[in-house]
Amino acid sequence: MTTLQINNVGKRYGPLETVCGVNLTVAPGERIALLGHNGAGKTTLMRMILGLTPVSSGSIRVLGSAPGSRSARGSIGFLPESVAFHGALSGREQLRHFARLKSASMNAVDDLLDRVGLTDAADRKIRTYSKGMRQRIGLAQALLGKPKLALLDEPTSGLDPILRHEFYDIVQELADGGAAVLLSSHALTELETRTDRIAIMSKGKLVANDALVNLREQASLPIRVNVTTMQKDVDRVAAQLGGARMNGCSFSLTCRQDDKIATLGKVTALGEVIKDIDVNPASLEELYRHYSGTNQGGE
Amino acid sequence: MMSIFYVAQLELLIARRNMWVATSVILMALFSVVLTLAGGAPTGSLGVDPLMVAVTSITTLSVYLIPLIGLLLSFDAIAGEAERGTLALSLTYPLSRGEILIGKFLAHFAVLSFAVAVGLLLTAGLTIARYGAGDLSFMPLAKLFVTSLALGAAFLGVGYIVSAKVRQTGVASGIVILIWLICVVLYDLGLLGALVADGGGTFTKSIFPWLLVANPADAFRLINMSAETVSDLASGISAAGGVSGLVGQLTSLLLWPVFALFAAWLAFRKIEP
Repeated sequence: MTTLQINNVGKRYGPLETVCGVNLTVAPGERIALLGHNGAGKTTLMRMILGLTPVSSGSIRVLGSAPGSRSARGSIGFLPESVAFHGALSGREQLRHFARLKSASMNAVDDLLDRVGLTDAADRKIRTYSKGMRQRIGLAQALLGKPKLALLDEPTSGLDPILRHEFYDIVQELADGGAAVLLSSHALTELETRTDRIAIMSKGKLVANDALVNLREQASLPIRVNVTTMQKDVDRVAAQLGGARMNGCSFSLTCRQDDKIATLGKVTALGEVIKDIDVNPASLEELYRHYSGTNQGGE
Repeated sequence: MMSIFYVAQLELLIARRNMWVATSVILMALFSVVLTLAGGAPTGSLGVDPLMVAVTSITTLSVYLIPLIGLLLSFDAIAGEAERGTLALSLTYPLSRGEILIGKFLAHFAVLSFAVAVGLLLTAGLTIARYGAGDLSFMPLAKLFVTSLALGAAFLGVGYIVSAKVRQTGVASGIVILIWLICVVLYDLGLLGALVADGGGTFTKSIFPWLLVANPADAFRLINMSAETVSDLASGISAAGGVSGLVGQLTSLLLWPVFALFAAWLAFRKIEP
């Protein structure tokens, strides 16, 4: 059974249509990144999956149940965008409360505190926590009770690079355990190797939904080849190959995917003049801009 | 069902941390002690039950204090969570809004009950220490305790309604203070004005008694102020109490918590966090 089934879902607030005709399925063990500008409808989509707000049209099924039903809520782990807790409680108290509600064991709380690196701070009041620490408590509560579907809204905001890395390891473990993971993020670079599929939303519509390689192929954005030479040769070689100077000793070329090998052949044929070559396929940022149909780049 | 107790447990912890428990208990204890000691002074050996005197003065005070404590405990319950941003996450857990509301109510009700119990036990203790337990009748004290809890529960419910309707703690706190002022002061003043204007007509005889008892604070006052102790002070009020009767007063006190909690639940269900 698919973990999450979204059929032609729309959401309308008066005349404003924030989500429109979205189709998306997520299978067990799949990690999907949901991208989009602020206001693209990502959070609204998540809120509909959680049953916090009703769908205006279409239907959503979480493990076969209606969103917001007790069984659906029992199998979802959710990390809200700006997660908050009662400041008078300690991290451990807050997590224990959530564990009871999810019928998870108290040992699971200690394990998760350890997993997110908060064991030492667990008995301090949450009001003394930094943003990153609150985010980690948020992540820990989303993992309580082994969710079948993890909905993570901007999960890595406030986390430092090492914790981000840790976070994706946790996501990997979740997926390996058969959970479906749907996460939204603005930090595009880290998603490239850490997710199975990319879904891009723009103005309430799902404009792309595929594995990264396939998205690259469909978009057929140019590949950038950065070439480094000796300083004295750079102008001559750049002119010969038709590249644009980048700095004192390197320039860049662009080519299409089907033209890549031929271009590389031309460069390497120049022999010892070339010191280094760097091949960059279209980045997720570029793909994202391509599919969301804007060159503003968003946030 | 267990979720209710988990929520109540957490709310009790929060109430303790926020000093709500300590504040309520100190407030009730302080006033009960002062009124018991001061109330005992003039009776001397006139033959009036000293506990009865204490109960009467504590009733007068409880009419103001218990609704206030009830509203202060409850106004933040939903608005506070909505404002802090903890509500959305709570609502994604597998428990219903009714369970959340009842859980919070149980915790706040426990705090209130504890404060009232401490105050009244101090009153009983002090009176016994002074006059001995022999001739005292403890029924009025028990009645005061039970009706105080009903009064508190009614205003807890009213506080939740406000909290769910406005969703901003600042606004909610202003509104509950206004409600408090209306229920314990302005409502009676208004009725008094109407009485004077009516001059003993139909309003005074058949409408006024029911309007009086419709306010839980007045129903509470009527139940606890027996005719003999208040006859000199407020013969009009006890006469009015006679019309609605104990049944009317009890109905008002017991229906208010149920009605208010139900209305709060309806308002809470409408919230999209």
